Amino acid sequence: MTIGLDHYLAVAAILFTIGVFGIFVNRRNVIVILMSIELILLAVNINLVAFSSFLHDVVGQIFALFVLTVAAAEAAVGLAILVTFFRWRGDIAVDDASMMKG
Amino acid sequence: MPLQAIAFYALAAVTVFAGLAVVFARNPVHSVLFLITAFFSAAGLFVLMGAEFLAMMLVVVYVGAVAVLFLFVVMMLDVDFATLRQGFARYLPLGGLVAAVLTVEMVLAATSVAHRGAASGSTAPAAPNGAMTNVEAIGRLLYTQYVYVFQAAGLVLLVAMIGAIVLTLKHRSGVKRQSVAAQMARTAKGGMKLVSITSGEGVDA
Repeated sequence: MTIGLDHYLAVAAILFTIGVFGIFVNRRNVIVILMSIELILLAVNINLVAFSSFLHDVVGQIFALFVLTVAAAEAAVGLAILVTFFRWRGDIAVDDASMMKG
Repeated sequence: MPLQAIAFYALAAVTVFAGLAVVFARNPVHSVLFLITAFFSAAGLFVLMGAEFLAMMLVVVYVGAVAVLFLFVVMMLDVDFATLRQGFARYLPLGGLVAAVLTVEMVLAATSVAHRGAASGSTAPAAPNGAMTNVEAIGRLLYTQYVYVFQAAGLVLLVAMIGAIVLTLKHRSGVKRQSVAAQMARTAKGGMKLVSITSGEGVDA
C-alpha cells in the first residue's frame, strides 16, 4: 500500500480540528488557545507541503515558509500581550477581559 | 507493508496523539512539551514528503524558539491553572460534536480533492530530480522570484520583535538610569565648585 496525498491531507484535517476543538474547550486559558492556533497553522503547513510535494511544485513550500514566519511573529506578539495582561490583571482568564466592551 | 507506510503511520499517530494531549493536558508545561512532540513528528512527516528544508526549519524555529518561548511564559506566570479549566466539561460535548463533524467533512473533502483534483495523477511525492536538492530548489526560487516577499517576511519579524519589546518594556521609577542628555550638557564649569571653608565650620554638602 502506498501513502498518497489523501493520507497527508487527512492528518492535516485531524490536526486542524484538534486545534479548533482546543480553542472551544479551553476558552479561559490563553496559553492553550495560543498553542491551539500553532497546531492549526501546523496543519495548514502540512497541507501546503503535501500539495507542493505531490504537484511537484516548490512554491507551496515557500508559502509554508512564510506561514512559519508569520506564526512565529504571532506567537511572540501574543505572548507579549499575555505577559502585559498578566501584569495588569494578575490573572490570564480571557473571558474576564471584556473591559473595553462598549 | 513498505517502510515508508510504517514511518507515515507511526509519525501521523504520534502527531495526532500529541495534538490531543496539548488540548487535554492538565498541566500547561505538559501541553508545551506535547506541542514540541507534535512539531517534531510533523517535521518527520515533512521529511517523508521530501521537504527536508522545511522539516529542519520546523525543528529549529518551533522546537528551538517558539516552544521555548511558550515554556518561559508558562513558567514565568504564576497562575492557578486549575481554575482556568472550569467550563472544560461544559463545552466538551458540543465542542466534540462540532469537531467530529468538522473532521468527517474535511477528510471527505480531502480524499475527493486527492482523487479528483489537480494532483490526482500523482501518486508519489516528488523524487529528487537529478542534481537539484530540495534546499537548492527553494533557494533558487526564494532569492529570485520571491525576493521581495522574503524581505517583507523579514520586516514582519522586525515589527513583531519591536512590538514585543514595546509591549513588555516597563519603566520603573526609583531606579538610577543613565541620562545621556544630562551627561552631554555637563561642562567643566558646572561640574566643579570651589568652596572656601572657614575653619571649624565644615562644608554643608
